[in-house]
Amino acid sequence: MPSNEPELVRFIQGNEACVEGALYAGLEFFAGYPITPSSEIMEHLARRLPRRGGKFIQMEDEIASMCAIIGASLTGRKVLTATSGPGFSLMQEALGYAVMAEIPCVIVNVQRGGPSTGLPTQISQGDVNQARWGTHGDHAIIALTASNHQDVFAMTVEAFNMAESYRTPVVLLFDEVVGHMRERMVLPQPGRIALVERLRTSVPEGVDYHPYLPREDGRLPMSDFGGVHRYNVTGLYHDMWGFPSDNPKVVHGLIRHLVDKIENNVDAIARYKSYYLDDARTVLVSYGATARSALHVVESQRRKGQKFGLLELQTLWPFPYDIVGEACGRAKQVLVVEMNLGHICAEVKKALNNPRNVFLINRIDGVFISPTDIRQALRLIDGRGV
Amino acid sequence: MAIDKYLRERFFPHMWCAGCGHGTVLNALVRAIETMGMSRNEIVMVSGIGCSSRITGYVDVHTLHTLHGRALAFATGVKLSKPELNVIVPMGDGDALAIGGNHFIHAARRNIAITALVMNNRIYGMTGGQYSPLSGCEVLAATAPYTTIDPSFDVVALSVAAGATFVARCTTYHVKEMIDILRQAILHEGFSVVEILSPCPTYFGRSNKLGDAAEMLRGFKEDTVPVGSAAKQKNPELIERGIFVQKEKPEYCAAYEKIMQKARSAAGETI
Amino acid sequence: MSRTRLVFSGSGGQGVVTAAILLAEAAVLRENLFAVQTQSYGAAARGGATRADVIISESKINYPMVNQPNILVCLTQEAYNKYAPIIRPGGLLLVDTHYVKIERKVEARQRELPMFDTVMEKIGRAVVFNICMLGTLIGLTGLVKPESILAVLQERLPNELIEINRQAFQSGWELAQASTRSPQSR
Repeated sequence: MPSNEPELVRFIQGNEACVEGALYAGLEFFAGYPITPSSEIMEHLARRLPRRGGKFIQMEDEIASMCAIIGASLTGRKVLTATSGPGFSLMQEALGYAVMAEIPCVIVNVQRGGPSTGLPTQISQGDVNQARWGTHGDHAIIALTASNHQDVFAMTVEAFNMAESYRTPVVLLFDEVVGHMRERMVLPQPGRIALVERLRTSVPEGVDYHPYLPREDGRLPMSDFGGVHRYNVTGLYHDMWGFPSDNPKVVHGLIRHLVDKIENNVDAIARYKSYYLDDARTVLVSYGATARSALHVVESQRRKGQKFGLLELQTLWPFPYDIVGEACGRAKQVLVVEMNLGHICAEVKKALNNPRNVFLINRIDGVFISPTDIRQALRLIDGRGV
Repeated sequence: MAIDKYLRERFFPHMWCAGCGHGTVLNALVRAIETMGMSRNEIVMVSGIGCSSRITGYVDVHTLHTLHGRALAFATGVKLSKPELNVIVPMGDGDALAIGGNHFIHAARRNIAITALVMNNRIYGMTGGQYSPLSGCEVLAATAPYTTIDPSFDVVALSVAAGATFVARCTTYHVKEMIDILRQAILHEGFSVVEILSPCPTYFGRSNKLGDAAEMLRGFKEDTVPVGSAAKQKNPELIERGIFVQKEKPEYCAAYEKIMQKARSAAGETI
Repeated sequence: MSRTRLVFSGSGGQGVVTAAILLAEAAVLRENLFAVQTQSYGAAARGGATRADVIISESKINYPMVNQPNILVCLTQEAYNKYAPIIRPGGLLLVDTHYVKIERKVEARQRELPMFDTVMEKIGRAVVFNICMLGTLIGLTGLVKPESILAVLQERLPNELIEINRQAFQSGWELAQASTRSPQSR
C-alpha cells in the first residue's frame, strides 16, 4: 500500500543509491569482494543487511561471490553482488552458469578504466560488450545503466524485477563518476514502485514438478531448495527436470528458450529517456554519466535555437534497435557519446539505414568527457576544425 | 532396503567405470544419511565438475551440479542463506584442491557447517588421466609422460591448518568405517572434511601398473592403518585412516546470527 | 540561474572532502537547492594534493565536474601551487595563512586568513580546521545559511563532538566578518 508520508530526500553517492534500490527491491543476500570503485556498495550493505535479517558475506574472490549468490538465490532469496572490471572478468564463468541454469540474480559492475587493472579510480564505459558477450557461448543477457542517482535507484529496482520476471542474471553497468558522485535522491515510499516477487510453483508435493518447463506466458515457476520438490540444477544442457541431456532436440530447445525469452521481449525490457527528439536534426545517443554531458550540450544548443536532441539509453542489452531506429531515423546526424571505442556506436549503426551519419564522440583517457569535449568533436564532424 | 528412496534409480546403471571407487562412496553416503533418518528435503548436495561430481545426479535430494572447483562457493551461499539445510559437497581431488583450492581453505577457515568429501583417486579421470595435486611425485599420467615432479598436498594437514573442525580419512576398502565417519562428519557442527581414497583403475591404476580394481583395493587395505597405530611408528610410509580432528569452534552461520542481533541493537545510531 | 562551482583542496586528512560533503548536503537537504559533489580517489585521498568539488545551483546540474571554480579554497602550499591557475577570473581564492604563502596574484579576490591558527588558539584541536574553514567560507559568501551547516553537523556527529565543531564554525565565521570589515588586497 502506498503510504502518504513525505518522501525522504537523501544526499548520497551513486553506489549508495544502488544500495537503497536493492533494499527497496527486497535484497536478502549479498556476497562480494572489495574492489574500487564499487566497494561502497558492499560497505553499506555490510551495515544495512544484518539489521533487517539479510545475509552479507565477504568471499575470498569475485568467482566465489558470484557462485555464492547463485546458491543463495536457489534457496529463494533476492541476491546481489557488486564489482568492477577485473572482478567482473572473474565472474564471467558463473554468470554463464546463472544464464544456463536460469537463476535470478543481479550483478553490479561499477566500470573503471581497463583492460586489466587499468585505471582503478577513473571512469570508463569499456565493459559494455563484456556485459553482452563476456561469458562463453551463445546467450542473451539484460544490462541496464543510469546517469543520475534517482535513475540508479530505479534501475536497480528494475534489475531485480527483471531478474525475477525472466529468471535470468541482470547486469547493472554503472560507472565511476555515477558511483562516486554525491547528489540528491528521493527515496520513494514503500509500495510506490511495483516489485516483482519470486514466482513459485503451485505444484503440490508428490506431483511431478518441472523446474525447466516454461508456462504458456514463458515464465518458469521455481521451487526453493529445502522445499518439497527435489530437482537438479546444472550448467550442462538439461531436460525439463534439470538433468543433463545431449539430445539434439533438448539442446536446441534450451538455447532457443534462453535467447528468445530475452530477445522476444526487447520492448518490454527497453528503458530509455528522450529529450527534445521530436524535431531534432542532430541526435545524441548516450548513457550512464556521459549522458549528463550530452544533455548539457543538447540544452545549450537548444537555447541557441539548434535542433539538438538526446536519446539516453538505460537498457543497453538486449539492444533496442527499433527504438533507436525510430528515435534517430529522421536525424541529419547521430552522435554517440560514450567512454570507450564505440561499443554502443556499433549497435546504433546497425539500427539505422544510413550508418555513415553515425559518429562516435568519446574519451578513453580516464577523464570524464565534458561538454567542451563534445562541442569540439561536433566542430570536427561538421568540418569546422577544432 | 530403505536406502533406495535416497536414489534416483532411473539413472542407473551409473556412468562410472568398472572398478571405480566412486560408486562405493555413493553407497556409503546414502547409508550414512539413512542411519540418521534425515528428510531428503532438508539435504542439499552441491558438486563441481569431474567424475566425482556426478554423484549428485544419483541422489534424490536437492542437487546442484556447478562449475569446476566452485562447489564450496555455491554451497556457502546455500548454507548461509538457509542454515537449517544440511549441505554436503562431494568433490574430486583436482576439483577440491587445484582449481578449487582457494575456496576449500576459505570454507575451512570460516568453519561453515558444510560436509566436504574429497574423493581422492589421484587423477583427473573425466578428462582422460592428467595428474592432480594429489598424484604425488614419480607418477605417470597423460600430462606426465616422464613422471610427475609435483609433490602432493596432505589433505588432512591442509584441512587442519586451514581451520576445519572435523577432519578424517577413509578408503573405499573400509566401507563400514566410511559410513560411520560420513555420519559423524554430516552431524558435525562446523566445516568437516573427509578424504576418501578411491581407486581409478582406468587411468591411475593402468598407467602406473597398480593392477586391477581388486589389486588397488588390496593396496588400500595393506598401505593404511588406523590413526595412532603402532605400525605407523615402524613404517612411516603407511597412511593413517580415521578421525584426526573433531573439535568445537563457533560455526559461521551461528556467528552470523549473533552479528544480526548486534546490528539490530546498534540500529538507530546512524542511518 | 545562479550556480556556484567550488574546489576545496588540501592534503589528505585535512578534511576537505568532509567539508565539501557537509556544504553540499546542507544546500540540498536544508535549503532545497541542487548540488553535486565529487572528489579525487585513490592515493591522492590519503596524502598529496587532494581536492573535492562541489556545484551548488538553483537548477538541475548535468555536468558534475568543476573545471574552473568560482571559489577555490587551498589549505596547503602544494594544493595552492597546483590549483591556483584554474580559478575562474573574478572568483574567490581563500587560503590559510599558516600553510600557504601566496606567490603571485591571480585575477581573483584573494583572502588569506589565519584559519588554522585561530582553531589552534581557540579550540586547540586541528581536527576541526575544516569546519573553521567552512565557517569562514560561509561568512565570506553566504552560500548557505550558517544554521543549515550546523543542522547537518548536528545530524552527523556524535553528541560529544558537536560543541567543538560549532565553536570552530563560529570562529571561522567571525574571522570572515572581521576580514570583510577591513578588506585585504583585491
